[in-house]
This record gives sequence, C-alpha cells and structure tokens, in this order.
Amino acid sequence: MVCESWKAQLDKYLDGELSPDEVRAFDAHVRSCSACSTDALSRVQVKRAIHVAGKRFTPSAEFRRRVHGSITGKPKRTLRLGWMFAVASMAVLAIAAFLFTYVGGRSGREQVYSEIADLHVATLASSAPVDVVSTDRHTVKPWFQGKIPFSFDLPELQNSGFVLLGGRMAYVEQTPGAQLIYDIRKHHISVFVFQERSLPTRLQGNSRSSKELSFNLETWSQSGLRYFVIGDANAADIDSLAKLFKAE
Amino acid sequence: MVRADPQSDSFEELAMPLFDQLYNFAHWLTQNREEAEDLVQETYIKALRGFSSFQMGTNFRAWIYRILRNTFLTSRTGLRATSTVPLDQEEDAPELAVENETPETILLTRSSSQLIQNAIDGLPVHYREALLLCEVEEMSYQEIAETLSIPVGTVMSRLSRARRSLRQQLGRTLKPQEETSAAEAERGRDYGL
Repeated sequence: MVCESWKAQLDKYLDGELSPDEVRAFDAHVRSCSACSTDALSRVQVKRAIHVAGKRFTPSAEFRRRVHGSITGKPKRTLRLGWMFAVASMAVLAIAAFLFTYVGGRSGREQVYSEIADLHVATLASSAPVDVVSTDRHTVKPWFQGKIPFSFDLPELQNSGFVLLGGRMAYVEQTPGAQLIYDIRKHHISVFVFQERSLPTRLQGNSRSSKELSFNLETWSQSGLRYFVIGDANAADIDSLAKLFKAE
Repeated sequence: MVRADPQSDSFEELAMPLFDQLYNFAHWLTQNREEAEDLVQETYIKALRGFSSFQMGTNFRAWIYRILRNTFLTSRTGLRATSTVPLDQEEDAPELAVENETPETILLTRSSSQLIQNAIDGLPVHYREALLLCEVEEMSYQEIAETLSIPVGTVMSRLSRARRSLRQQLGRTLKPQEETSAAEAERGRDYGL
C-alpha cells in the first residue's frame, strides 16, 4: 500500500514528466524498494519494445520523391505514351530492385544500430544495470556459460584506464547475446557481442564507426561474432576499447 | 502543383526530415499502405498551403502531426475508426498502475515485435495514437496534447488506458500459448518423455 502513490507516478517518471525534485525523490524510493524497481525495470523494457516495434512502416523511395516533388515544385513527369511507359517501367523495375536491396539493407542496419543505442540507454537507466557485478573478467565471462550459444574472450585491462563493471544478457532482433559494461573517466560504455549468423540483419563483416543518437559506436565482425561498442565517451576511447577486444 | 518559392524552401527543410516518421504514424492510423500514402501526401500539401500561418519558433512537429491527424479524422477510414470504437468515459487524471505484471514478465523472456505490433493494432485509434506519439515519437505530454488538441490530463488518461489495454491484450495472446505449452508438456509426461 505504501508504494501505491509511487506506482501511480511510475509512468510519468519513466516518460520523463516529473520535476527534478520529484525525480530525485522517486530515484531514492526506487533504490530502496525492490517491488517498485522491478516494476520500473519491466516497464522500461516494455517501453523499449514498443519503441522498436512501433517503427514498423517505411515509405518507398518513389513515394518520397513524389511528395518531395509536390512541395518543391519540381515538375512531375507524366508518361502518357504506351511505349514510353513500357521502357520506363523496365527502368523503374531495375532501379526498384536495386533500391530494395540497398535501402532495405541500409534501413535494417540502421534499425540494428538504433536498437543497440536503445539497449545501452535502457541499461544505464535501469536501477540494476548489470546482472553479474564484478570487475574480474574471470568472474564475468563464466557467468554467460549456458546462457548464450557461444563463447568470447574478455581483454586484459591493466593500465588501459577501462574498468569492467559487469555484464548482462541482451537481445537484438530476438537474438541472445552478451552486454558488458565498462567505465572510463565516469563514462559508461557497453560492449555487445552476438553470433553473427544468428542476427537476421546482415551487417556485412566490415568494421564501421558512426554516431547513433549522439553516441559513438564501433562495430566489427571477428571469429563469427559481431561486436558493438557504444557509449558517450569520445571516439578515441571507443576505438581503444574496440582495439583491446580485437587483440583477443 | 505548388510553386517553388523561399517559403517552400524553409518548409521543405522543416518538413522533409519528418517524412519517415509521419508516414509510419499515418500507416499505423490507417492500417493500409495506399491510404497512408494519400494521407501523407495530403498532409504535406495542406501544410505547405497553410505554412504562412505557422509561427516560426513554435513547435513545427506538433503542428504538422496535428494536420495529419485532423486530415485522418475527416477521412472515411478515420470517421469509421472513431465512430465504431467508443471511448470509455475519460477522466482528466491518470489511473493507478495495474498490479498484474504477468504479460510484461512474459515479454521480458519472449519479446516479440510481431506480438506487440498486433496488440497496438488492436487498440482503439485514440489510444493507439497517444501511445505511438509517446513511445515511438517520444513526444512530451504537452506536445501530445497540442497534437491531439486535448488537455494534458486526457493525454495521461489515454496513455494509462492504452498501456493497460496493451497489457491485457498481450496477456490474452500469451495465455493460450502458455496453456498450449503446459498441455504439450503434460502430454510429454504422459508419454514418458
């Protein structure tokens, strides 16, 4: 019963609609109340799931071009003659096939990156960001045994400035993987490891650095595993941590 | 055809980055690709025509979403959607959180976009639009209130009901699967598996 007034505010808390004072009070309560923290965690995960599932429909490139043309005043091509239409149709089909492959692949990649960024944010927002709490890689790595269908190595961090905080299970595109949380100068960085062939979206093996929601992200494929390193630390730190993993 | 001018340039700069999001939202409302395309096309044309009435510095996103949503409400699909699904009596205060967390707990272990998408599809349109603006577009309550032309209290009420309804739908969807799995396990035991 004590928690009822807090629970009534839980959605506002998670939607970012409380005042800073209310948020501080809520944070303090959630830290001391396992029922509310469990409730908050499950709701955060449902919010994230809706966020991902809600981005369901993508307009076609042709439709975008048509609307863009209608607002910029670019003349719209009208093809009235049958033979012209036939020739143009062949060209459109060829382009559509190319766009389907190219744009489909690109939007799939972007969705994976976006999902990775969401996972990282949700983890940091969670009151229990890691399931296995340890700075010892020989404790964290065995924790994943039997939980994920592959094994991976954790790098030696001595003199690197990075500190391992722990790990947890992560799911991207319904594929299980490992999430490791590192700290460097008070910035938290997530390293995600998934089995490359289990991810529905092909990321084509190349290393890539980019920014997602203002986070620096680096991804590469190694020994059949797909790695993602993401965080608000600078790109050099992200790259340094990635290099430590690549050296394993 | 709308003619190109400096005003349409600034409209383009503001409106085209929202194209994918508006289309996604339109498709969720209409539940049909062709109708979504018509809705988005009409929205852009109306918005460009009315752009001179838009006050620069105010919330363009809420403004163009409002145009899309109003255009939808006056369409055949929109009228059908809003007339056939009556809203429960709305109050301007959020409800207490629902205690039953089972569907969420199940979701944690069996998260499925398809399940959630079906559940969102099954929501009445007023709940669906509030939930999508909050969770997918990440609008604030105030922004949602501006977009839907309703008070902030009603936004909270609709969100609360949408979430509760979603949980109930997921619960109903997942329960038969749970029972089927249990029955299969029972049969397995009967056969000594």
